[in-house]
Amino acid sequence: MSTLNPAHPLGHAHSGDDAHTHHELSFVRKYVFSTDHKIIGIQFLCTTLLMLMVGGSLALGVRWQLAFPWKTMPIIGPLLFSSQGGVVPPEFYTMLFTMHATVMIFLVIIPILAGAFGNFVIPLQIGADDMAFPTLNMLSYWFMWPAIGFFMSSFFVEGGGAAAGWTSYPSLSAQAAAAPGSGAGQTLWLMGVTFVGVSSMMGSVNYMTTIINMRAPGMTLFRMPTTIWAMFITAILQAFALPVLTAAGFMLLMDRLVGTCFFTPGGLIINNAEPTVGSGQILLWQHLFWFYSHPAVYIMILPAMGMVSDMISTFSRKPLFGYKPMVYSLSAIAGLGFIVWGHHMFMSGMNPYLGMTFMLSTMMIALPSAVKTFNWLGTLWGGNIQFTVPMLNSLGFVSMFIVGGLSGIFMAAVPVDIYIHDTYFIVAHFHYVLFGATMFGVFGGIHYWFPKMFGRMMNESVGKVHFVLSFIGFNCTFFPMHLLGVAGMPRRLADPYNYPYLAHLLPMNQFMTYSAILMGFAQFLLLGNFFYSMFKGKKVGRNPWNANSLEWTAPSPPGHGNFDILPVVYRGPYEYASPLVEEDFLPQTRRLTPEQMAAVKPPATAH
Amino acid sequence: MRKAWSLFFLAAAVVAVAACWAAPGMHWWFPQKSPGGHAVSPLGNQIDDLFYLILVITSVTFIGTQAMLAFVLWKYEAAPGRRSAFTHGSHSLEVIWSVVPAGIMLFIALYQMDVWARYRIQSRFDPYAFEHPIAEVTARQFEWRIRYPAPGKTLQAKPQPDDLYTVNDFHIPLGRPVMFQLRSDDVLHSFFLPHHRVKQDAVPGMTIPVWFESTQTGEFELVCAELCGWGHYKMRGQITAQREEEFQEYLKKLSQSQFDDGVLAANAAGAQQAPAGEEKP
Repeated sequence: MSTLNPAHPLGHAHSGDDAHTHHELSFVRKYVFSTDHKIIGIQFLCTTLLMLMVGGSLALGVRWQLAFPWKTMPIIGPLLFSSQGGVVPPEFYTMLFTMHATVMIFLVIIPILAGAFGNFVIPLQIGADDMAFPTLNMLSYWFMWPAIGFFMSSFFVEGGGAAAGWTSYPSLSAQAAAAPGSGAGQTLWLMGVTFVGVSSMMGSVNYMTTIINMRAPGMTLFRMPTTIWAMFITAILQAFALPVLTAAGFMLLMDRLVGTCFFTPGGLIINNAEPTVGSGQILLWQHLFWFYSHPAVYIMILPAMGMVSDMISTFSRKPLFGYKPMVYSLSAIAGLGFIVWGHHMFMSGMNPYLGMTFMLSTMMIALPSAVKTFNWLGTLWGGNIQFTVPMLNSLGFVSMFIVGGLSGIFMAAVPVDIYIHDTYFIVAHFHYVLFGATMFGVFGGIHYWFPKMFGRMMNESVGKVHFVLSFIGFNCTFFPMHLLGVAGMPRRLADPYNYPYLAHLLPMNQFMTYSAILMGFAQFLLLGNFFYSMFKGKKVGRNPWNANSLEWTAPSPPGHGNFDILPVVYRGPYEYASPLVEEDFLPQTRRLTPEQMAAVKPPATAH
Repeated sequence: MRKAWSLFFLAAAVVAVAACWAAPGMHWWFPQKSPGGHAVSPLGNQIDDLFYLILVITSVTFIGTQAMLAFVLWKYEAAPGRRSAFTHGSHSLEVIWSVVPAGIMLFIALYQMDVWARYRIQSRFDPYAFEHPIAEVTARQFEWRIRYPAPGKTLQAKPQPDDLYTVNDFHIPLGRPVMFQLRSDDVLHSFFLPHHRVKQDAVPGMTIPVWFESTQTGEFELVCAELCGWGHYKMRGQITAQREEEFQEYLKKLSQSQFDDGVLAANAAGAQQAPAGEEKP
């Protein structure tokens, strides 16, 4: 333990500020090209919040077309599509949903969980002074920017942005003639994904090394908060899954640029171009893509599960129910996550016997998710629940995760998936998991760790209004999608009402669009609260939530080097309402005398 | 305002259940061509049954967990002087809530296998339909091309001179399983019949046999369900299910119209007139 942790001067005089570097860093080294994990975490957070607004705007573009097909888009329409009378052209619609997913997945959810919270929280919660490889950490942030550049610039090249969906299935993505966005835009998309992958990989290596080697004395593996467990398991998932996507991306780039034919069968005549040659396999891409992207689905939720477990325990003032089962179920989700990718391909034409095995493994992966949900409810049971903003968002997570988890069972069942595959039922499902669960977990995490980031509180009332509006807006936008799916409305149609059996669904889509606009505007409350509180929020001390884990023993905000006093860990992070002490929390670092340990007092009031 | 949050989360769940309850009456449910929105194919009805089975299981779980959530938020809201129960978990509870869902999941998975096998495993296809595919459907941006064998002949993998072609207009006979070969000329597409609950991706480089059976005559939509480019939304076809005799008649007419070069029709007309003339005394 602590093998990489340089000897820490015990009882360092000035409150952790610049504990290592005695000289003042320049502004650029301190806030721009910083190697401090906290600054990098906050950089990731600000960047991803900005990208959240970009991705949200793209989604509103999609929603506009679904609610008011072929109507002039207000304000933006005449500016962008003056030649089409301000109407969203169908090829641009395909770019909108492709880039919405791309931005949300690669530039928001993955980097906000691993990049922002992983960076900020990991060293603080395990009692380390920084990441194992600070420079690599800095690079992992700055490798995001070329990706952002590639993705955004793709809109300005001939043909426009990538339009083959975020899954980029060939031949649409492999043959430049297949669609307007399949030209330079698709090449830029692949390069962007490569940069995001490299960025994630650098983070992943760093997190694994840091968690294995740099834990404070006494911080055994089973004394780590579930956030750390989740980040650790996510890092392992990334390390093993990402190379497959990166390799597949290169293969597709080669197909596009130098004429290999990994994913191109011969004899296809696409849009009257020359017939293709070769004997590649279309399905190979799907297998490689989902071999990464299914584990990526868990990369996009496991950290949030860990964070939510921490917050629910803290604000229930009660130990986490079933800590070890929670850790084991995280591991089980990660392990099973590698053998379920085929459930994205039930209708793809792969060997139907595989459909059966993938159905079995997919059903089994629902199990650890169920165990987690029951344990969250078990934690709440008998607690002393404080409805703070982080707690409300965490409860939102649990409530929405139940919906997303249960709807997953429908599509795991192959025969039922025959009907609902590629319909809005799927869109409903993954938005409940990725937005309803993960993003509410993220909102909770932002409010929870904000005082540690900036030494100030976010405004509680604004936070509650943001939660209520987001929760209502979210449910009114996405719950009806289940019904659209059952009604057989396919995804990705610029004008579903072209089909008579879907024409009557227009009013429902309009209602969803209004709800989405409400939800979108609610995010300005979050941004306003975030940036206002950064400078004007109420100042707080080290432990505003009376929480147990190590980060709350450091100053708020912690200086470079994090801890002014080297933390020594005596117990797990969830000892709330312990009979050993008068208060309802018992920090991991608090040392109890043998007399205190012996004099076990009964709880003041049992539930 | 006490207990307000419990009610807030409860309200979300209640509205969700109410929306699902009201959905069939509001036509927010399975597409309707037949009374009650039943599938118009036997396999489709079995798929619907499995859907409803899962719907019952998930609804019970949903209502149970959301009610539990609302209950704990109601009962255990922080109160001054209260202290939480100090417990780290319960081994027996963990065992129960692992084993019971595992059993249910396993049951769902095994129970579903048979319908999937009948839909996709070739040895389970109807032998006659499998031997006599009625057509080859080739998807391309942004249309469905249907190639039937000439009346009385069987479909060959390679196009034959007397094959019959239509675009976006697929006729099938009623009351027996029919199989067709699904191909794609350019990019991925997906052959989706919402009323029959049939879906299969059309994959460039692969020929995939698909079978289904229509139990109702009429015209139904054929939808492309896999993103295939800018015109994906307009790749709409139509499927017409008709009685066997009408279907055969349709093929015959199709053959006549496609091979009508004027001579054929004149010959046919002459052949009809000549015997009639001979018979005259």
